[in-house]
Amino acid sequence: MDSWRRSPLVFWIFSIPPSVWLIVFFLAPLALVWVISFGEKRGIVDIAITGTLENYWRALDPLYLQIFAKSFWFAGITTTICLLAAFPIALAITFASPRWKPILLLIVILPFWTNLLIRTYALIAVLRTRGYVNFGLEWVWDGANGFLAAIGLGDMQLLGAQFQPLQMLYNNFAVVFGLVYVYLPFMVLPLYASLDRMDKSYLEASLDLGASQLRTFLSIVVPLAMPGIISGVIITFIPTLGAFLTPDLLGGTDSQMIANVIERQFKSANDWPFGAALSFLLMYITFFALAVRSLMSKGTSAMEAG
Amino acid sequence: MAILRRTPIGPLDYGRRLWIRASLLATFVFLYAPIVTLIAFSFNDSRRNIVWRGFTWKYYEKAWNNDSLFEAFTNSLSIAFFSTIISTVLGTMVAVMLWRFRFPFKGAYEGVMALPIVIPEICMGIAMLVFFARVGWPTGLPWPFNLSAITIAHISFSFPFVAVVVRARLVNFNRELEEAGKDLGASEWEIFRDILLPFLQPGIVAGALLAFTLSLDDFVITFFTAGPETITFPVKVYSMVRFSVTPEVNAASTVLIVVTVVLTSVALWLQNRGQKEAGGM
Repeated sequence: MDSWRRSPLVFWIFSIPPSVWLIVFFLAPLALVWVISFGEKRGIVDIAITGTLENYWRALDPLYLQIFAKSFWFAGITTTICLLAAFPIALAITFASPRWKPILLLIVILPFWTNLLIRTYALIAVLRTRGYVNFGLEWVWDGANGFLAAIGLGDMQLLGAQFQPLQMLYNNFAVVFGLVYVYLPFMVLPLYASLDRMDKSYLEASLDLGASQLRTFLSIVVPLAMPGIISGVIITFIPTLGAFLTPDLLGGTDSQMIANVIERQFKSANDWPFGAALSFLLMYITFFALAVRSLMSKGTSAMEAG
Repeated sequence: MAILRRTPIGPLDYGRRLWIRASLLATFVFLYAPIVTLIAFSFNDSRRNIVWRGFTWKYYEKAWNNDSLFEAFTNSLSIAFFSTIISTVLGTMVAVMLWRFRFPFKGAYEGVMALPIVIPEICMGIAMLVFFARVGWPTGLPWPFNLSAITIAHISFSFPFVAVVVRARLVNFNRELEEAGKDLGASEWEIFRDILLPFLQPGIVAGALLAFTLSLDDFVITFFTAGPETITFPVKVYSMVRFSVTPEVNAASTVLIVVTVVLTSVALWLQNRGQKEAGGM
């Protein structure tokens, strides 16, 4: 690597266009939002920048604190389910034969590349009251009822007089289901990356010395996979916390997350300063999570070195 | 005999354990069943979308003849086209610059460059909304300038991704080639054009395809940047989805899925081939 002083002309030619773009079309818009977050709404479009902290105080209102808590709760459950579901998959891919490995990886990555909106829409068709899941349940219900009638219990209506479709859409269940569906690949990839790097002879040693599979898993695999677990947890947690589309399309009135509240400030409620403050709070949480990740990965790499 | 020939499952053969296989299968069904049914029912000859009534192309025809859907699709393709060109150029510049030079505050610079990748989409979306509203970005311009705001927003979040992909390719570059070129009297520009650029080509193409799919797929940021008169395909699908679940949406979505899957596969294949070549050197 050269110092930029060795060929300053080349350095400036390569660095000015992207830097200017980033400043004008990314940092300036963010700075504008930041400034507006200290402003007051005066009219429909008028915003006076008064340096007030009012918007940030308003975010501490129990109504909004509850939405923050709910978003953390959704993101936490989603991350936990993803971690539990992704571990066996990552393990299976790690120990798959060389022929199967790329195929399994591709199968995991492919949905990741399908449009988020389309995947969410696909879930609506599956979960709605006239959707496939309820259709399947009704079929099972019919079968069970037929069976009961055949053994002479048909008149007692043990399963109810009519099939009751499950309400699976427009509630908290649908949001968590949708988030897991969308963000599962985010968890599998970092887990796989760290499991694949793991020295398998440690596992053999542990099993040879008489540890059970469970013990080996808990004392060898999990600690060695820790960098991957941390990465996966944070990479999944950040986008789920800021998720907008999934709660918007799958959630009901009581399953709104931070991003939905932010959207409302900009689209219907038209309170830009408050929306700007909320979005910067969300961004600070993101930065905090990223800082935790880099601190912890430093910690684990120091552990490995020592 | 067949049973005897099967080797027993070793302690580390996790991939052959039944419960692991079962969970793999369950996850893949979970991931794919919704998409597969969505695609299947775009060919179903029934509006109710639940029982199979025979094969038809009817909804593709309908989606094709739906003027606003078609316009949204052309808009999306044009935006993706312009955004890809500019973000590929900018991304490649960043990658080469960061790979080649040492300069003060480089770590901070790299961190800022990664911001568009890590910040929540909603934050970027409203930043773009506020920015274009405040600077008074002109609206009602003739095509393609009516798409300029969305295109600019897409470039801002795409080019750091291109930079990441191109930089991954640069790691394998053999700097002796560059020095040989210099010894033989090539200028900086000639080295860049005749040595570095040809070497980077697979990485640049992969980055460009990534930028194209990112732009084509983006909903959240576009949703906030788009004015009422410019509609992209995902935004149009969103308004259709809010309204009702119809087979036309299925048909339109299937087209988009096919386009992105093909483009991504090509990109992955190119990247893989590039890495193999570099590994073989």
